[in-house]
Amino acid sequence: MALSEQEILEGLAEIVNEETGLEPEEVQMDKSFTEDLDIDSLSMMTIVVNAEDKFGVRIPDDEVKNLTHVRDAVTYIANNQG
Amino acid sequence: MTDTTAEPSTTGRKTITVPGSIRHARIHGLGGYRPERVVTNEEICEFIDSSDEWIQQRSGIVTRRFAREDETVVDMAEAAARQALDRAGISADQIGVVIMATVSHPYQTPAAAPILAHRLQIPNPAAFDISAACAGYCHGISLANDMVRAGTADYVLVVGVEKLSDFTDKYDRGSAFIFGDGAGAAVVGVSDVPGIGPTLWGSLGDKADVITQRESWTDLRPAMVEEHREEAIEWPAFVMQGQTVFRWAVFSMAEVAVEAVEAAGLTPGDLDAFVPHQANVRITDAMIKRLGLPEHVPVARDIAETGNTSAASIPLAMARMLDEGEAPSGGLALQIGFGAGLVYAAQVVVMP
Repeated sequence: MALSEQEILEGLAEIVNEETGLEPEEVQMDKSFTEDLDIDSLSMMTIVVNAEDKFGVRIPDDEVKNLTHVRDAVTYIANNQG
Repeated sequence: MTDTTAEPSTTGRKTITVPGSIRHARIHGLGGYRPERVVTNEEICEFIDSSDEWIQQRSGIVTRRFAREDETVVDMAEAAARQALDRAGISADQIGVVIMATVSHPYQTPAAAPILAHRLQIPNPAAFDISAACAGYCHGISLANDMVRAGTADYVLVVGVEKLSDFTDKYDRGSAFIFGDGAGAAVVGVSDVPGIGPTLWGSLGDKADVITQRESWTDLRPAMVEEHREEAIEWPAFVMQGQTVFRWAVFSMAEVAVEAVEAAGLTPGDLDAFVPHQANVRITDAMIKRLGLPEHVPVARDIAETGNTSAASIPLAMARMLDEGEAPSGGLALQIGFGAGLVYAAQVVVMP
């Protein structure tokens, strides 16, 4: 069964926490990965690949630059989950 | 042929399992050369909008070495090779093949290897260069291993050398801080026990544009004709798409690394050192995590003071670990090179 956006957000927050040590509750829909969460491009790549594994989606390199905010990532995963 | 495993060593370490053969090969000696001039991040930041802190955080690089303007890849290779021969206790006339892995020898022809062989007074060896970028050294070790095992040569000199400062765009914020210069060399020769495990290697030519010389040499031609000078390129430096490389290096190469360990009949816990190509400390760290490498296995971090020296990085890093007592002579090391092509090669070796 497809995961809800809330479930995806929670899963993504766990991945961000593992990579950066940020508290999961800081990972909110309206936050920017770079500006608000201070996640650099290399950490972002790690988060993307871990998200692919966790949610069974494929996020191409070219797509990653469009995922500027947490909401973008959650929406992309929700729309593309297998 | 049947599989062959040597008698367990007295240290209790496992030995590498390889297909049966009449001969085994191992690395008899390693040598390294680092140019004298230390280049700080502050110096790099004279040309790019960056900072020491940013560079360290993104790459782990604190300093790197740049060769003198008049210092060539052959000069650097010679210094590393002499040390490797000396440490191996092998004389120049015992060397049958000289393989140079480099992408920064600035002559299309002739190759650098015959010149190096002549400098070292190696009498009439087979001598040629290979172009496999940051995986060049591991490709060379694989070729040397096969040659020795098959009886093509008794001793092969493998040198990884780069003068990347000649091909770095010092104004490119994405790559100017990454590259360094240096040389590493190995003498591979006949052995009583297996010393080089099976090589896992491959290529992805569809990603040739991810790390590349920005333009071809022929794009320089207009610069030679006055009326076409506006079409001329400045200099065909090496450029890369950092994020794409990072993703490939960490996630695909970790799988290759595991396969190389398994192919040698080992598990990651059996290793005495992990020596990945020194591309970026963030790649190394993410790879370790992905590999599930046990904490007791020391990991090469030569990049901090050497930068990314492409084909030279693995032998330089391994030589440093041995010199500083961080890794034991006779221990098992997993080495993996990956870079422009994209190409990669990995194998477990017994450290000299």
